[in-house]
Amino acid sequence: MTIRAQIGMVLNLDKCIGCHTCSITCKNVWTSRGGVEYAWFNNVETKPGLGYPRNWENQDEWNGGWKLNRSGKLKPKAGGKAALLSQIFANPNLPEIDDYYEPFTYEYDHLKTAQESKTVPTARMKSAITGEFKDKPDWGVNWEEILGGEFDKRSEDYNFANMQKQMYGEFENTFMMYLPRLCEHCLNPTCVASCPSGAIYKREEDGIVLIDQDKCRGWRMCVSGCPYKKIYFNWQSGKSEKCTFCYPRIEAGEPTVCSETCVGRIRYLGVLLYDADKIQEAASTKDEKDLYQAQCDLFLDPNDPDVIARARADGVPDSWLEAAKESPVYKMAMDWKIAFPLHPEYRTLPMVWYVPPLSPIKSAHESGILGDDGVLPDVKSLRIPVAYLANLLTAGDEKPIVTALERMLGMRSYMRAKTVEGYRDERILDQLGMSENMMDDMYQMMAIANHEDRFVIPTNHREYAGDGPFDHEIAFDTRGSCGFSFGNGCHDGEAPRSNLFGSQTHANTLNGNAPGARTPGDGWNTNGTKRKSS
Amino acid sequence: MSEYFNFLVFGIFPYIAVGVMIFGSILRYDRDPYSWKADSSQLLRRKGLRWGSNLFHIGILLLFFGHLVGLLTPHWAYAPFVTAGQKQLLAMVAGGVFGAFAFIGMVILIHRRWSDPRIRATTRPMDMIILLLLFVQLVLGLLTIPESAQNLDGSSMIALAEWAQRIVTFRSGAAEFIVHEHWIFKLHIALGLTIFLVFPFTRLVHMFSAPVKYLARPGYQIVRKRG
Repeated sequence: MTIRAQIGMVLNLDKCIGCHTCSITCKNVWTSRGGVEYAWFNNVETKPGLGYPRNWENQDEWNGGWKLNRSGKLKPKAGGKAALLSQIFANPNLPEIDDYYEPFTYEYDHLKTAQESKTVPTARMKSAITGEFKDKPDWGVNWEEILGGEFDKRSEDYNFANMQKQMYGEFENTFMMYLPRLCEHCLNPTCVASCPSGAIYKREEDGIVLIDQDKCRGWRMCVSGCPYKKIYFNWQSGKSEKCTFCYPRIEAGEPTVCSETCVGRIRYLGVLLYDADKIQEAASTKDEKDLYQAQCDLFLDPNDPDVIARARADGVPDSWLEAAKESPVYKMAMDWKIAFPLHPEYRTLPMVWYVPPLSPIKSAHESGILGDDGVLPDVKSLRIPVAYLANLLTAGDEKPIVTALERMLGMRSYMRAKTVEGYRDERILDQLGMSENMMDDMYQMMAIANHEDRFVIPTNHREYAGDGPFDHEIAFDTRGSCGFSFGNGCHDGEAPRSNLFGSQTHANTLNGNAPGARTPGDGWNTNGTKRKSS
Repeated sequence: MSEYFNFLVFGIFPYIAVGVMIFGSILRYDRDPYSWKADSSQLLRRKGLRWGSNLFHIGILLLFFGHLVGLLTPHWAYAPFVTAGQKQLLAMVAGGVFGAFAFIGMVILIHRRWSDPRIRATTRPMDMIILLLLFVQLVLGLLTIPESAQNLDGSSMIALAEWAQRIVTFRSGAAEFIVHEHWIFKLHIALGLTIFLVFPFTRLVHMFSAPVKYLARPGYQIVRKRG
């Protein structure tokens, strides 16, 4: 057994209002640069729908994630190492930018410079790549927002597998939910496995998966390897980029930007301890429906003295062990069993988990009469089909989803009885097999959701990188250093706009100037090419 | 004068070109690692790459290694097995076939780079220059085949190999082996050396990073320790 710790995330979909604040704050911090305008490290999709990039969930089309070969051995779905290298000249599984959307801006300048005319001048849409006018976009990061588009197309959603889906196209039976998505920082990431340069790695101390920009050669195998399509190829710099889990913030004990700014308070961050030696075995679980349980079995009880002793021996700092005991992620995933991994059948063992959403109760039950399942409504009468949620979160196994939904429904009924009617409804506790304590804790965590309960993040302890217990050099090494930079590392002066070895790697395409538009003192087009002097 | 020029191009220039390639590449790798990449444009346009890129890369790689082995294997090493004439024939056939691969691939790639609005808009001058340089070099290489066919005794090939071997082993008199060769050979060599010269300033540097080490990676995952 080798114990490692990871900061995991839980998103409570029951409370997501689809406001996209997470996406916007993330974009402003991380991808407001040329070449990644089309990339959203965090995006919110409306389900059911095909998503972004189009139909990303269907691995028959994209070949992302892992598969078991005939002898039961775990291999990337796109092929083993030799097979992947043979695809390096033209990757057959790589999405094209239109599968995301062609980045664009508007010709705002025209509004200021247009001559007098009978009609109001307009700012037409312009491609950020070519500078050509476009009539309209045809796909995007939240294209099916609140069930946009016809059901016929949206119903190609992979999560409708094995379901009679026609009825959900009818107005009376329609349903929807939001799905905010980011990098899953998997325990068994396919992006890392399929990077031929070895530039992508998982950090031992907190599990964050990062791309070494100086080692990335742009072979683009990670883009197709990731089944969540959460690695983006920067078309200007020629390197891949991904969600960093805001590691500079996490190292300082602060929540990620998406979590901090979530107005619905749906996001939770906390430490999980897991057995790193069993990852391979868990990911190789034969039946897809057992993968959820196999991943749960990797997580270790932070209150077990043996686990604590072993973790300490494996170099997990004490502050992390303390944080693990308070981890909201562990509580939701393991104690209460209400959070689930996204598409465990990809065999990546994702570490961003989701609490399934409740939804209004359909038909006869809606007049206030509770369902036929004792004191609680039958979760099968919820508007969002359990089978759909199971396809999303447990590879089709409905039982764990039903339990989670019942607990959440039960929590509502119980707390309503307690606070409005003033009595403790023991029947609910009995039926759900929950203690009063557990119910109160769950309520505190999920309904009240205080900042300090949602985010239990120990600081990084860089000083542990040295040989001794506290290495002064390392602890203070980065103080006053250059931080995040492009190109020239920490050399003096600005990174050159142009040099002997080609040109600059980034140009800002999000500055509101259409490509080719003139900007004073800047000799570069927004697509990264040198402007012809006129 | 022409002899001096011959010495300059085939006796001195090889060292300048290879020197610039080696030191330029080291400098770039060290000073500007962020610019070291394959620079794929597949995300912007998939079309044309499956045939174009595959044919080009397979063709040019085999041509490159063919030249490497063909030029640098000393005569005595292969003499017991094949005659010079047979080796020349082999070189012509293999070069012709893989040259055709690369030619078809390059035509597709140049057409794509020139005509596709997205690719054209994101093409940097050096991308186009190196593509055209390689294409001209390829055409010159293919033109040497009918020229070689005039003289099948392998003598010309031995002279060229002798030149290459003397250059890489720092022996004098290399340029004299070239002086009587046909101008197509001379041009092909001179342009080849020029490609070495511009190598570190182009996307060609990704060759040095060919990820063969991937095959030897134990397992699939990579975990980095703190620090």
